[in-house]
Amino acid sequence: MMIELGHFALILALWVAVVQMVVPAMGVRMRDERMMTLAVPAALTQVVLLLVAFMALTQAYVTSDFSVLNVAENSHSTKPLIYKISGVWGNHEGSMLLWVLILALFGAAVAVFGNNLPETLKARVLSVQAAISVAFCLFIVFTSNPFERLDPAPIDGNGLNPILQDPALAFHPPFLYAGYVGFSMAFSFAIAALIEGRMDAAWARWVRPWTLAAWMCLTIGIAMGSWWAYYELGWGGWWFWDPVENASFMPWLSGTALLHTALVMEKRDALKVWTVLLAILTFSLSLMGTFLVRSGVLSSVHAFAVDPARGSFILAIMVLFTGGGLALFAARAGSLRQGGLFAPISREGSLVLNNVLLTVATATVLVGTLNPLAAEALGYKMSVGAPYFNMTFVPLMIPLLLAVPYGPLLAWKRGDIAGASQRLFAAMIIAVAGAVVTLAVASDGPLLGPLGVGLGLWVMAGAVIDPLSRARVGAVASDELVRRLRSLPRSAWGTALAHFGLGLAVVGIAATSGYKSERILVMKPGDRVEIAGYELAFAGAAPGSGPNYTEQVGRFDVMRGGRTVTSLAPAKRLYDAPPMPTTESGIHNSWRGDLYVVLGDPQADGGWTVRLYFHPFVRFIWIGALIMFIGGGVSLLDRRLRVGAPQRAKPRSGAVPAE
Amino acid sequence: MTRKQRRGVLIGLAVGVLSLAAVLVLFAFRESIVFFHTPSDVTEGKVTAGQRFRLGGLVASESVKRGDGAKVSFTVTDTIKSVPVTYEGVLPDLFREGQGVVAEGKLGPDGTFVADSVLAKHDENYMPPEVAKALKEKGVKLGQGAEHPGAKP
Repeated sequence: MMIELGHFALILALWVAVVQMVVPAMGVRMRDERMMTLAVPAALTQVVLLLVAFMALTQAYVTSDFSVLNVAENSHSTKPLIYKISGVWGNHEGSMLLWVLILALFGAAVAVFGNNLPETLKARVLSVQAAISVAFCLFIVFTSNPFERLDPAPIDGNGLNPILQDPALAFHPPFLYAGYVGFSMAFSFAIAALIEGRMDAAWARWVRPWTLAAWMCLTIGIAMGSWWAYYELGWGGWWFWDPVENASFMPWLSGTALLHTALVMEKRDALKVWTVLLAILTFSLSLMGTFLVRSGVLSSVHAFAVDPARGSFILAIMVLFTGGGLALFAARAGSLRQGGLFAPISREGSLVLNNVLLTVATATVLVGTLNPLAAEALGYKMSVGAPYFNMTFVPLMIPLLLAVPYGPLLAWKRGDIAGASQRLFAAMIIAVAGAVVTLAVASDGPLLGPLGVGLGLWVMAGAVIDPLSRARVGAVASDELVRRLRSLPRSAWGTALAHFGLGLAVVGIAATSGYKSERILVMKPGDRVEIAGYELAFAGAAPGSGPNYTEQVGRFDVMRGGRTVTSLAPAKRLYDAPPMPTTESGIHNSWRGDLYVVLGDPQADGGWTVRLYFHPFVRFIWIGALIMFIGGGVSLLDRRLRVGAPQRAKPRSGAVPAE
Repeated sequence: MTRKQRRGVLIGLAVGVLSLAAVLVLFAFRESIVFFHTPSDVTEGKVTAGQRFRLGGLVASESVKRGDGAKVSFTVTDTIKSVPVTYEGVLPDLFREGQGVVAEGKLGPDGTFVADSVLAKHDENYMPPEVAKALKEKGVKLGQGAEHPGAKP
């Protein structure tokens, strides 16, 4: 009964979305205020209906109602409650329902908080938002209905893929989707601005917090996925340049660019055309990410069984919105008034450099990811591996990282690069010292190791210098310094934190890529092996069992300098439902890095294949991403950015203080 | 600087970075593209020894043999032709006889494919699209059973 109600609510939500798409847009045209304001109750009704649909499906999962096909295929009665709930979005149909629910939530947020938006802009934004909603509701209703019944109902379900039964992965899809879908706001605002033919600083003030929130969610979502792949899959890596990974990384890159260009748009009323284009492209890349993951056209290590028919539907949605958006852009971009002037060396100039490098880097990832598809169209099959991305993406990141500390230190309109260099002198010393020390400690690694560590330290030190130099460190007494630091705007702290996190992640990436050690060998009980200063003694493997699996658990006693440090227990598990083997790695974490042990297959002679890794400073990568997330959050709390903050009567002109 | 000159600087920057990226992309493609071949392609001599490629097909039943240390050998087949494969390392969890597999490496002079990686997957119902398509082109019927080997107990 609840299931039918959910299905009904979904279809009703589709019709409400159709109304929300058509009526407000007509209202703008006919100058009918009542028709325009209909968008608000429609957006709210839509979110309530989708919430009902989502709750109905969740209830079926929690109560293990196997008369629902989707539940029977993806759940099991013995599964812990949290994975019953996360199982709702652990499958195609449910995850698409979550997608539209998040979309509707963003739309409702505009409806509720958008009181200070111009009436026509608000109506148009909600209308575009509803158009996306219509497309995806149609997709769910016609190709991916999660409410289909199964008769007769099986005694028990097939269960959720055991590698998905994991806390990090339970929350990975909602964050990732909130990121993807959050960029729809930037898209809707861009389309509305193009139709209006008008864009001002108030527009950017509206778009920036949404983009920032979406970017935060995407950052943490990608980090969670990478962290999960690292410890759960047992492959010993944290990023594989796999198509599914790239699919989430591309909108992140262009979203990062959008975040920075929206800043120029807000503060200086410049780069309008570019900002609009980037908003359209970022959401298009989000749609493409959904398409690549859901269609399975590309061979991916992270792919799950898929249905190509659904892929073509999403492809059609993507072509419609990207094509429509770009066509509108081509027709109307000329009508946007050009904004303020600036010298090449200025805050704006540095943000332009940031944008050029980020978008070109996005393009190289795009070319590498889609190249196998192009080749297939030409009749042969191939794949593009990690070396391609290391050769194209990494060189583009070097100038970007070099420029990051300069950006916040340059003034708007006309900057002083010599002065900024002077203030960054300490950062240069730290970076060079870091690179030299790295080279001295580990001289046998690739050159990119010390270079990366140096660049990461440079960005980190630059992020520390930025707020200190704003508070005029050295020129004022220490209590005055503290007072000044406390009165810095939160957005300045957000920038510093996010840049610091980026630097930390770069250090982690450089260290772990350059100085990872790996050994594969066969060990018999009693054997000892050395890696990265640790000595491991294999005590043998013993059978064990858990609530829904049986396993073989190996025991390794880890010693360092003659002292026992810890004991690791990597395991090979066989889950009951579905019957599937998984690898549980044993990880010992210290400040130097992670010791990572994987138990392989048993050998005929009683030995076991064992894979050992040492990943120096690998956790900096995820800690860095977490700091970037926090930085975004701090910036979001800035008073000027608060959603619904009163608009300034007219854009500030003339001298703008460096903030 | 005039407005025109400033715009020139910006365009120059964009064009410069773009052409740098284009050079990098072309260079990287020459170095790192890996083609996909089926066992039939290999026996027909479509690949030269020493060239890196991906070999895809099904793991032939009763072909997996463990050698010294972490060495494993198995046969990849498209049900028409097969190619022997050796691999040293830990096989992915879902590696099984009768299942689709993609291995990356080089063809040795004796006709054995020396793999340095075997593509892992998360889902046992998943078949890499190249493998599914290649098998289809060879006329191999992928029924429910073949496509989901071992999925249902």
